[in-house]
Amino acid sequence: MGAGPALVSLTLNINGTDRVVDSDPDTPLIFVLRDELGLKGAKLGCGLEQCGCCAVLADGEVALSCATPAAVFEGKEIVTIEGIGARAMGAAVQDAFVAASAAQCGYCTAGLVVAVTGLLETNPAPTRDETAEALTPHLCRCGSHPRVFRAVEIAAAATDR
Amino acid sequence: MSLAAAPLVRDWLGVEGDRAVIRTGKVDFGQRITTALLRIACEELTLPPDRIRVAPVRTGAAPDEGITSGSNSVEQSGHALRCATATAREAAAALAAQELGLDPARLTLADGVFAAPGGANRIDLLPLIARLNPALAVNASAPASPRRAHDAPLAPRGLRAMVEGRYAFLQDLDMPGMWHARVVRPPHALARLKSLDPEAVTAVEETGQRVIRDGSFLAVAGPAEWPVLRASLRLARGCDWDLGEGLPEGSPFDRLDTDPAISLPVAPGGKPEKGSLPPPLDSFTHRLRVERPNTLHGSLGPSAALTVWEEDVLRITTHSQGIYPLRDSIADSLGLDPDTVEITHHPAAGCYGHNGADDAAFEAALVARALPGTPILLKWAREDEHAWEPAAPAMAIDLAARVKGGQITGWSGEARGDTHRGRPRPGPDRAGPQRLLANRFRIDPMAPYSGQPNMNRHGGLHRNLDPIYDFASRRLVKHLVPDGPIRSSALRCLGAVANVWAIESLVDQIAGETLQDPIAFRLAHLDDPRAITVLEGLRDSLGPAPEGRGIAYAQYKNAQTRCAIAVDLTVTDHAELRLDRIAIVADAGRIVDEDGLRAQLEGGALQGASWALYEEVRWDRDGMLTRDWDSYPVIRFDNIPEIAITLIDRPEDPSVGAGEASPPPTVAAIANAVHAATGLRLTRMPFTPDALQKAALEA
Repeated sequence: MGAGPALVSLTLNINGTDRVVDSDPDTPLIFVLRDELGLKGAKLGCGLEQCGCCAVLADGEVALSCATPAAVFEGKEIVTIEGIGARAMGAAVQDAFVAASAAQCGYCTAGLVVAVTGLLETNPAPTRDETAEALTPHLCRCGSHPRVFRAVEIAAAATDR
Repeated sequence: MSLAAAPLVRDWLGVEGDRAVIRTGKVDFGQRITTALLRIACEELTLPPDRIRVAPVRTGAAPDEGITSGSNSVEQSGHALRCATATAREAAAALAAQELGLDPARLTLADGVFAAPGGANRIDLLPLIARLNPALAVNASAPASPRRAHDAPLAPRGLRAMVEGRYAFLQDLDMPGMWHARVVRPPHALARLKSLDPEAVTAVEETGQRVIRDGSFLAVAGPAEWPVLRASLRLARGCDWDLGEGLPEGSPFDRLDTDPAISLPVAPGGKPEKGSLPPPLDSFTHRLRVERPNTLHGSLGPSAALTVWEEDVLRITTHSQGIYPLRDSIADSLGLDPDTVEITHHPAAGCYGHNGADDAAFEAALVARALPGTPILLKWAREDEHAWEPAAPAMAIDLAARVKGGQITGWSGEARGDTHRGRPRPGPDRAGPQRLLANRFRIDPMAPYSGQPNMNRHGGLHRNLDPIYDFASRRLVKHLVPDGPIRSSALRCLGAVANVWAIESLVDQIAGETLQDPIAFRLAHLDDPRAITVLEGLRDSLGPAPEGRGIAYAQYKNAQTRCAIAVDLTVTDHAELRLDRIAIVADAGRIVDEDGLRAQLEGGALQGASWALYEEVRWDRDGMLTRDWDSYPVIRFDNIPEIAITLIDRPEDPSVGAGEASPPPTVAAIANAVHAATGLRLTRMPFTPDALQKAALEA
């Protein structure tokens, strides 16, 4: 390899494990996840933070990974779709999406599962308007939105204690 | 059509150990056709889904079923598979009866096992099917199995993997030694690469990546995706483009009246004819013109392809909807024998028609040819997909009607627009290669495809131009206006969106002016009992009408799913449309996969709503202006209505396609609801706040 940009060493806490990667500091997180760590669950839809396919949790907050450099995520606990099922809420949301058949092509689904998990962990009983607001950064082009709303209700009911 | 190309049972059905293998040429892009096909095979063979495998859709192995489009898959592939599996079952029953020395009519089949009365003698179905004569032809009238009441709904294939992030889309594939590739695009389709700065090429190649150029087609490939993406930006800065005269500006609708057109009469029934146009409708009382702009497929995942150029075969993995037509078009483009090109379908994001998939496959082939032996995963950027996918053509519909005694007694419909037939498929004048984007830019560039009229019944522009109502006289004309300013092709529903919107708007307007209930008025012009049941079902399902309620009815291609829609909406103080509720009543014949059918109807309604409210491709002389989800907004979670669906099952009637049934009447019902709420008849999509305010000022 010839002269590329200088690489820096980053330590990223992903799904509970510290991962050390050598990366061009401008690399958006999603390329580190997908190409260096083999975590391909987050999807690249736009690279512009307009569609939500690439969502992850960072310290419990929903974050889009397609444009923000990986270096910005150092020191945060990152949870990807691959790790979301290890959280009680994440597993409930996954089951709810299956129960509601809340996907057609499925390209938006990983991002939505992450976003719904993030929503319900902070707001266990959202109103429909609150759900709509939380999910509006996410696109679904097949029109599975009504089923996603249903999945949110199912997951909220299943985790209601 | 499917059985003509693949007439044998073994074309559709095989046996692999204790599992049946079913083959189809139709591909799944989220519409769940494989789930529907699996259900059909389960019903006919009495096997559980885990004992049936759906074979990969690959050239050379899959039946050639052309293109997965037009809501035809259940009718074509589904029918073929139902007949093939039923034929196999009957033939196997004869073998079983022979072995048991019984009349086949006395055998019962359950869970894949034939049993004699009393259940003492049992024979497995699949080994019998494996022994069938390989030349056994499909009996196209083989009786379908009576449905089993205990059939549980089948979860859509891959759903569990999707929610866990394990489902591999084409964009997620990986191979040892695989490289990534990106294309460096011109500013617009008429630009040509004058020169490429050698320093930019050196800077990229010094990092171990490769620059591939063929005329004005420019791409970069390398071992990792992000560096390749950066290299594409570096190369773009080194390009000097000849911009020519730029893209033609001006209204995409005005040219539809002024540019040269191929005009054809369309017979009632929806078939275009050669010949002179019918005279204009005399003494009409009403007229209406509606205009639909170019719109995008807008796949959520930008197009991609995985290709490797091996010594004697070019292997392409694609999300194209037509593996055989694409194979022939790519082979023709590269001077290859089609037998040396192997194309396999792999799912990507939903496409809703002819998106960038085919173009990406050919571009990946061009890169792979320069790097023989190296697998190439070429991906489009978001901007590529928005700016370079073939959009739906802009259309204008001109209607006139004669009303007498509260009834419509005469009708004229004329549809104008560019072609919907941009898919690469072989034809005269190398029509396949012409319709692959990169061929416009290579050395010896090909001219863009110039649309030829679709002569099929309810083909492109004239899909649903013929009203479903029994108006006493009707004159129908299609005007293909080819060579438009931007490339166009097939998007879900084709011409039916504009045609149904126009028809249902004028019908609504006449009902209102003659003080008739919109559903009663439609019923008075229908004699199809199933249509009447659907509309009466809608009427009975509705609560008291809010201010903004609109009704529409359509039967896709006047032959497939019947669909009645009511939309309730509110117009905000900012002239925004808030969708409150959509009620859908549909009759798709014998229901194959109920949940899949519901998903198609509600997803279609939301896509139609998105077109109606938000979507419009825009450009100027310097290039496309709609290049992302901000400049080309679509419907989001903040405007999703409650959706109520009523299905009318017709177990004795054939299953008909449903994937495109709901969008056209949804658009029309929204327009009619806006009229109910505001008194404004919107005649140009999308129905944005600006459009509403403009209409209010002009009223």
